[in-house]
Amino acid sequence: MNLFESTRVAMLALAANKLRSALTMLGIIIGVSAVIALMSIGRGVEKFFVDQFTSLGTNLLYVFPGQLSEGPPSERGRERGVLTLADSHAINNPLRVPDVIAVAPQVSGNALIARAGNDMDVSVSGVTASYQDALSGEAAIGSFITDADVEERSRVVVIGSDVFGRLFEPYEDPIDQTIRVNNILFRVIGVMEERGAGVGGANLDEMIFIPLTTVQDRLFRLRTVSGEYQVSLIYASVISEDRMEAAQQQITDLLRERHNIAFRGEDDFVVINQSDLLAIFGDILSAMTLFLSAIAFISLVVGGIGIMNIMLVSVTERTREIGLRKAVGAKRRNVLSQFLIEAVTLALIGGLLGIVLGAGGAVAATSFVDNFSAVVGLDAIAIAILFSMAVGLFFGIYPAYRASRLNPIDALRYE
Amino acid sequence: MFKRFSDSDNPSPNGSDPPAGAHPVIEALELTKVYTMGDMQVHALRGVDLTIGFGEMVAVMGPSGSGKSTLMNIIGCLDVPTTGLYRLDGADVGILDDNSLAEIRSLKIGFVFQSFNLLPRTTAQANVELPLLYAGISGRDRHQRAAQALHLVGLDDRRDHKPNELSGGQQQRVAIARALINQPKLILADEPTGNLDTKTSDEIMDLLQRLNREQGITIVFVTHDPEIAEYCSRVIHFRDGRIERDERASPEIDSAPSSQVLESLPFDRP
Ligand SMILES: Nc1ncnc2c1ncn2[C@@H]1O[C@H](COP(=O)(O)OP(=O)(O)OP(=O)(O)O)[C@@H](O)[C@H]1O
Ligand SMILES: [Mg+2]
Repeated sequence: MNLFESTRVAMLALAANKLRSALTMLGIIIGVSAVIALMSIGRGVEKFFVDQFTSLGTNLLYVFPGQLSEGPPSERGRERGVLTLADSHAINNPLRVPDVIAVAPQVSGNALIARAGNDMDVSVSGVTASYQDALSGEAAIGSFITDADVEERSRVVVIGSDVFGRLFEPYEDPIDQTIRVNNILFRVIGVMEERGAGVGGANLDEMIFIPLTTVQDRLFRLRTVSGEYQVSLIYASVISEDRMEAAQQQITDLLRERHNIAFRGEDDFVVINQSDLLAIFGDILSAMTLFLSAIAFISLVVGGIGIMNIMLVSVTERTREIGLRKAVGAKRRNVLSQFLIEAVTLALIGGLLGIVLGAGGAVAATSFVDNFSAVVGLDAIAIAILFSMAVGLFFGIYPAYRASRLNPIDALRYE
Repeated sequence: MFKRFSDSDNPSPNGSDPPAGAHPVIEALELTKVYTMGDMQVHALRGVDLTIGFGEMVAVMGPSGSGKSTLMNIIGCLDVPTTGLYRLDGADVGILDDNSLAEIRSLKIGFVFQSFNLLPRTTAQANVELPLLYAGISGRDRHQRAAQALHLVGLDDRRDHKPNELSGGQQQRVAIARALINQPKLILADEPTGNLDTKTSDEIMDLLQRLNREQGITIVFVTHDPEIAEYCSRVIHFRDGRIERDERASPEIDSAPSSQVLESLPFDRP
């Protein structure tokens, strides 16, 4: 009897017991769909980050205060390492840092903004006029912050496109309207074009931009002991991608000098580029993937034990059938392969249903989130199929072996 | 209806397959079977000598527990004797392993059971095809031969019925068609009419007798009913694991199949 015939026999036996077959598959269906859903969402997260970073341009350097290993950026630079507006100006000196063409310091925080009964939590970016040059964003309506605004510490604000949507009616002209930021009145001078991207997953469209000096003096009041303006981040736009390393070195040398760091001392800042950032997120994601794989493994084992359990019940229940098959000439290997194929088929069908369910679920769940959708990878599907077959094979062997060893006389007499 | 034969007469009326007198279908010498249950030993067979020739139709009778089923299982290559010699169609099967026994069952023996033993939720056609599957016959041949076998037992119009849509007698006919399908040398039936009423039992026995006469198939069956045993040319009486009596009868009309009938078989013999 060839594989085709064995498969046909197994299929017929499964079809003869549809309900039991369905119940057997349940464990695998749940396991595989959970795995596929989690993996697809994980992939979606990954893609989201990559998209966001690369949309900012690939020749951008980020200078953070403190060390990367020291925890979240907001806590960094308090004791060790502070970046100031003066540092930013220094990097902007083409004589010291020739490969950088634009520098944008930024101070970030959160604030509640309000206008005419609408309010909204937003991230506030305190920036200078050069922000536009470094990150290449344009104001769609009105204008961006100017050097004069920074100089005069004006209470002016440029809002993201989503913020405009929340605070204004579409037909309204926002220019010269006032909004409250943490209860302080600001004049709107521009609305940014839609961007959708930002560092660390923040949505640029949900941000507001205020002159850096205004933010420091009126909103967050961050100054160093010597009264200098502190910044959370400096963007440096490099002349071309192949000068990235040179620029990184130039900035590092400059800042070490400015911060009086001894020859063997550690940097109190970090200069990183897009790919460094992506690598860091890649590490986080692979940790997540490992965790998901563990869940996947456990659920598949649970599903496999379910299959083994039901297959054992099935062997007992079909003892007479096995006895009869043997009486009419089935050899051990015929019975073995029939039950093995049944188990693998159940696992495989369960796996396929799980894939459909998991992928559908993930896509449906993420369809409600803006700028983010699950990515169902072919590799995830292939792995799910392979794994469910392997589970069926592994957990089907013992019941199939038991069936194949049944003595036909005892089996035929079995009540 | 029958006249008694003496033991010396050649019991095989089948002149063509194989050559008469070459060897019998069943040849058993000093068969014993001992079941061990814990420290108790059950002697199910206590030395059985038995020879059954081609084309015979033999009934096995005897009280419950006398070892009839045990003997049938050994004859049917479902079990092996504890001691003794058993030759089926000239080949010693005592020395064979599981797989070889399965092959012999597939090629030479058809079984009919008291409780029919059809696969549930499976059509009559598919049930009849089952032995061919394990004999490695291709799909189209299987289909054709199963249809012919069902025709032979008079169930042309029940091919697509499942066991629960058939009467007991019809189910037993399907089982007989299944036993026939591999053109076995031997059909073994352990109480084939045990679950049937008198009228249906007679129909089933008529069918078996017809197969024996027209197809030349050797048939051995167990029964408790003396009237059912009447269908046979030979009745073996069992008691306490031994043959107590071996009665032979000769039908008044010569019922031996001619080679003419054999040639009209619906399928070729291997
Ligand atoms: N698997 C077994 N294990 C232990 N003892 C067995 C086994 N099979 C049969 N026996 C015993 O062997 C003896 C003969 O049993 P067997 O089934 O051959 O009787 P039988 O003549 O077919 O009876 P019945 O007419 O009731 O079917 C009985 O005493 C029975 O208990
Ligand atoms: Mg019995």
